[in-house]
Amino acid sequence: MTVSTGTEAPPEPRSAAARRLLGVAVRHPAVVPLGAVVLALLIGAVIIAAAGLDPLVAYAAVLEGALEPGSLDYTFSVWGFTCGMALAAAIPLRMGEFNLGGNGQLVLGGLAAVVVAGALPGPFAVPLALLAAAVLAGGFGAISAPLATRFKIPIIISTLLLSPVAVAVVSFLIRYPLAERGSGVAQTAQLPEDARMWRLPELSYSNVGLLVIIAMMIVFWIVDSRTAVGYELRVVGANRRFGAYGGIVVGRLALGAMAAAGAAAGIVGAIIVLSAPYRLIDGALLSPGYTFAGFAAALLAGGRPLLIPLTSVLFAVLQVGGAAMERSADVPRQLSDLLQGVVIVVLALRTVLDARRTGRSEH
Amino acid sequence: MQILEWGFVAAVLLAATPVLYAALAGALSAQVGVFNIALEGQMLWGAFAAVAGSYYTGSAWAGIAIALVSTALFSVVLAVGAARFKADPIIIAIGTNLLALGLTGFLLRVLFDVSGTFAPRGLEGIPSMSFLRDIPVLGPVFGGQTVLVPLAFVLCIAAGLWLRNTAPGLRLRGIGEHPEAAASLGVDVARTQTWTTVAGGALCGLAGAQLALGNVTVFTENMTAGRGWIAVAAVMLVLNRPLWLPVACLGFGAAEAFGFRLQGLGAPQQLTDAAPYAITLLVLVATRLRFGSKRALPS
Repeated sequence: MTVSTGTEAPPEPRSAAARRLLGVAVRHPAVVPLGAVVLALLIGAVIIAAAGLDPLVAYAAVLEGALEPGSLDYTFSVWGFTCGMALAAAIPLRMGEFNLGGNGQLVLGGLAAVVVAGALPGPFAVPLALLAAAVLAGGFGAISAPLATRFKIPIIISTLLLSPVAVAVVSFLIRYPLAERGSGVAQTAQLPEDARMWRLPELSYSNVGLLVIIAMMIVFWIVDSRTAVGYELRVVGANRRFGAYGGIVVGRLALGAMAAAGAAAGIVGAIIVLSAPYRLIDGALLSPGYTFAGFAAALLAGGRPLLIPLTSVLFAVLQVGGAAMERSADVPRQLSDLLQGVVIVVLALRTVLDARRTGRSEH
Repeated sequence: MQILEWGFVAAVLLAATPVLYAALAGALSAQVGVFNIALEGQMLWGAFAAVAGSYYTGSAWAGIAIALVSTALFSVVLAVGAARFKADPIIIAIGTNLLALGLTGFLLRVLFDVSGTFAPRGLEGIPSMSFLRDIPVLGPVFGGQTVLVPLAFVLCIAAGLWLRNTAPGLRLRGIGEHPEAAASLGVDVARTQTWTTVAGGALCGLAGAQLALGNVTVFTENMTAGRGWIAVAAVMLVLNRPLWLPVACLGFGAAEAFGFRLQGLGAPQQLTDAAPYAITLLVLVATRLRFGSKRALPS
């Protein structure tokens, strides 16, 4: 792995001090995530080059497409959704659980929001819609906790099996009972003016929903770093049996974590639906792939609340810029998924560094 | 509607087969203590490799071979990462699943200049065993199937018997049971874990080949559509025992085939699509109710 060549590269270590310095540098917590990103981009470059295209042109198109002034507004909103879905992954990740049911939670949030906002337009439509989304998607996410504690079905499996059920049910509701009359497209009717997310001046994609997501991230940061619950989450994540021994009720903690994760994903779904084009369209919540972009961002951040906004930038840029890259450099946008996968694999394989280190210390 | 006609039995076997190959891969990995949830991505890669292989060589058998070998290579990431470097197999698997999805979509565009679906004229599917046509029962059930369908069931039973009755099978089970004890008896734990997982990759290659060149003759983006996860659930359901896998996978096959029939009768596709997942989860819950505390998977 290229990440580790730093440790091995010097043929004749000049001095013990230099070696120690290298050792410290390699152990710095930022090395692994940064190395993973660099390595993933390099692997991506090799794949693009192997496809007979120019990696530099492709990456330049990604950056330009995502960061040019005209698209910043859109990139910001995508960043917000990625952060929100990263929260949905990161909260359970803190206690060592994997929530892979983000898609189901996302669409249920969208469903709850469109039903409530559509039924109760007025000044309270938006907060009520967000609340309904958090309750429905949070409740749905929470199902996985008793399934794990009572029935020993791992959360990663139950979330994955529950998610397609929710997606299919919502898809059915959009197509039949909630379908817009007289429309050939599978979508609900447009929400009335007074049931839409409040706008921010001069912005068309980013709206108050972005602020809601930022508020959620701040809450997660405070809970994680300043409260007993956050401490318990991290203790259980570090060593479940020690946590249980120390009196933490792991089942209840899992229930709370999964409910919070589901609620975060549901609120993201609600915000998307309450924003333009102000309706629930079949498949539209899932096609941008926020769930796994968020998952990758959460893993890259190691679940740490303060790093999620940073790591989400990478995946938001890849997502928005991917479309631009496809248009101008003719590199398929699936490259974004591919790079997400490579980042996750490289992160998981960071243990290679440990193996090398212990290997050397034995000599 | 007649349920117990031979055509329905054939449809159930067909739907069960790809899941069965993947589930056998998962069960073998679980037996050596590797929690393998990379089945979905490996099966998807296998499907793509089989179609690309068949397209370039003009032979479905070459497509199967290419799927088998390349998926085994793809699984080396998980095998070596989890066994040799003690990386978290769950995170590697989530990564390789995304990687397979992105890579197949990417290659579909780059190599064949299509997105979504690739079904070129003259793509060779795996031939069916039409020589069985005139035999009663075997004819209607297997006459229209590829040889990979019965092979899946044979392999499963063979693997189950091998695990149960032979010395190497015992050593394999010992690793999952207690790796330290197995190591002190002279078993190379990491090597066995690695090779078992790679063999699982080859099986997932067969799963993909059957899916893309047997069940249909086409590659579509994300065509595995969660079958790899059903396979993971099936492995949990039978507590890692390959001998019981055919039962679990036939249950899934029946749910899917029954769903197709219901769709034919006008039931909305969204609801019949959801049924296999809901049923799988319910069956998992029901069996755990009965067997209570039995642990199925290494945590």
